[in-house]
Amino acid sequence: MTEPVLSLKGVEKRFGSFRALGPVDLDVGAGERLGIIGPNGSGKTTLINCITGVYRPDGGSVFFEGRDISHLQAHKRARMGIARSFQIPRPFTGMTVFENLLVPLDYCHIEGSKHDRASSVLASVGLSARVSDPSEKLTQLELRKLELARALVGNPKVLIADEAMAGLSEEEIDEVLAILFALNRSGVAVIMIEHIMHAVMRFSERVVCFETGRLIASGTSSEIAEHPLVQKVYFGE
Amino acid sequence: MKKNSLLFLAGVIIVLALGFLMPWLLRNPFYFFAGYVVLQYVTIATGWNILGGYAGYINFGAAGFFGAGVYLSAFLFTTFGLPLPLCILAAAIVGAILGVLMGYLTLRIQGVYFAIATLGLVVVLETIVHNISGLGGASGMAVYGPRPPAWSPGPSQYNFTVMVVIAVASVALARWVEISWIGRGLRAVRASEDAAECSGVPTLRLKLVACALSGAVLAAAGAPYPFYTSFVEPVTAFSLIIGLNAIAMPLIGGTRTWVGPVIGALLLASVQQIATVTISSELNILFVGAVLIAFVAFAPGGISDLFGRNKGRARP
Repeated sequence: MTEPVLSLKGVEKRFGSFRALGPVDLDVGAGERLGIIGPNGSGKTTLINCITGVYRPDGGSVFFEGRDISHLQAHKRARMGIARSFQIPRPFTGMTVFENLLVPLDYCHIEGSKHDRASSVLASVGLSARVSDPSEKLTQLELRKLELARALVGNPKVLIADEAMAGLSEEEIDEVLAILFALNRSGVAVIMIEHIMHAVMRFSERVVCFETGRLIASGTSSEIAEHPLVQKVYFGE
Repeated sequence: MKKNSLLFLAGVIIVLALGFLMPWLLRNPFYFFAGYVVLQYVTIATGWNILGGYAGYINFGAAGFFGAGVYLSAFLFTTFGLPLPLCILAAAIVGAILGVLMGYLTLRIQGVYFAIATLGLVVVLETIVHNISGLGGASGMAVYGPRPPAWSPGPSQYNFTVMVVIAVASVALARWVEISWIGRGLRAVRASEDAAECSGVPTLRLKLVACALSGAVLAAAGAPYPFYTSFVEPVTAFSLIIGLNAIAMPLIGGTRTWVGPVIGALLLASVQQIATVTISSELNILFVGAVLIAFVAFAPGGISDLFGRNKGRARP
């Protein structure tokens, strides 16, 4: 693995007496394609929320490019280059597709023309024809693309795609995968959290598996598929 | 300058010109007496909408800011003889500070909890004023306003012109907020606070800015009120009817653009004034309630939404 761009050291999150996550140690290399799998309730989204700053970890630290960002608010982490999409798309309703991209551009201090940047990102995800439409009118696939475009427009170094392919057809999954591959080729580390196994296995250089808030296995796609703990989690004893 | 901004500027100039010329063209002072109330509500609805409409934080405390502006202005004028423009400026500054304080105390909670907390502001401020004898306590205080300047034919006309200027300034501020990065950030907050924060929007700071601007406008709306009525007392200055109208007018007109609160206030306040004169002042509340229920049920986006004003503006 290349030099880690993102490191989690002993990260823990509790809700009351319930420990939802950790302690977790995890490194993500610059430009890496990392897949995160695990059953519902295994702590995947809690992990993302701890990385992006939506939740403050109750223990441990999150490092980004060697800097401890555990105390930083989510918007500061976003400006540093940690972008995410949401499990259920959250478009900025009441705005056009184009305006949705202007929001991160307004606040992430990107050099150059905002309009040019937004237009080129929308073109890269195939939403050029929809720039002037209200975001409420987009299809499920287009909403997923908008989520990705909004995450990409701020020039992130790490993109966390939280179930970006949920509810899509096979063809649509291929479209989203193509976007993520293209993004990764430009040097962005992509963390894919997904239940669609063939997609995550195809995409990821490394896959980690979570169960009840703990990282139980790590390896290449084929190693993870054969891992006894992963098989136990998905298929039982 | 873009075409829309030029049109808006032209509209501002026309409205301001009418505000200064009408007092010389219409003889009946009642028009200015009633017009003042309509414009006061345009300002209140516009101020409320900056936080309640753009950011989606329903503020039941509009009367608190309005009352603070009323009493500050009355106090500064009767004690120090401050001229009305300075009273308005002072009210706006104190309203902004009050907004930030309210924001710090309440913005970490959302939805109905936020609404209830803001309602508490009205009760707290009204209770404080009730117990300050220097402000007249529960009995209220008389405020004999200054003689109108030579460019205005009478006190009613002067108050009307002052309120035209305040309303125009408020609407211009709301429009600037709406089309600027602040407005986009607030609308993102309204849609999804987590998604906005993860897009780099400093949501808490932005909401505090909205609280400050909203508070400033609401308090400024109250500043000329003592000179309009020549008497202030807590029950009227902190009236819940002001809070109700502040919410109802933008909801009826539409909360997503600056136009909505203006339309809602012009319609509702005008009808209220007509109903007050022709039927009964008590009918106002019934009317507001009925219209509000109708709009919430059948046109939740308000009048401006019916005409497609919220379809978004920025295009590549």
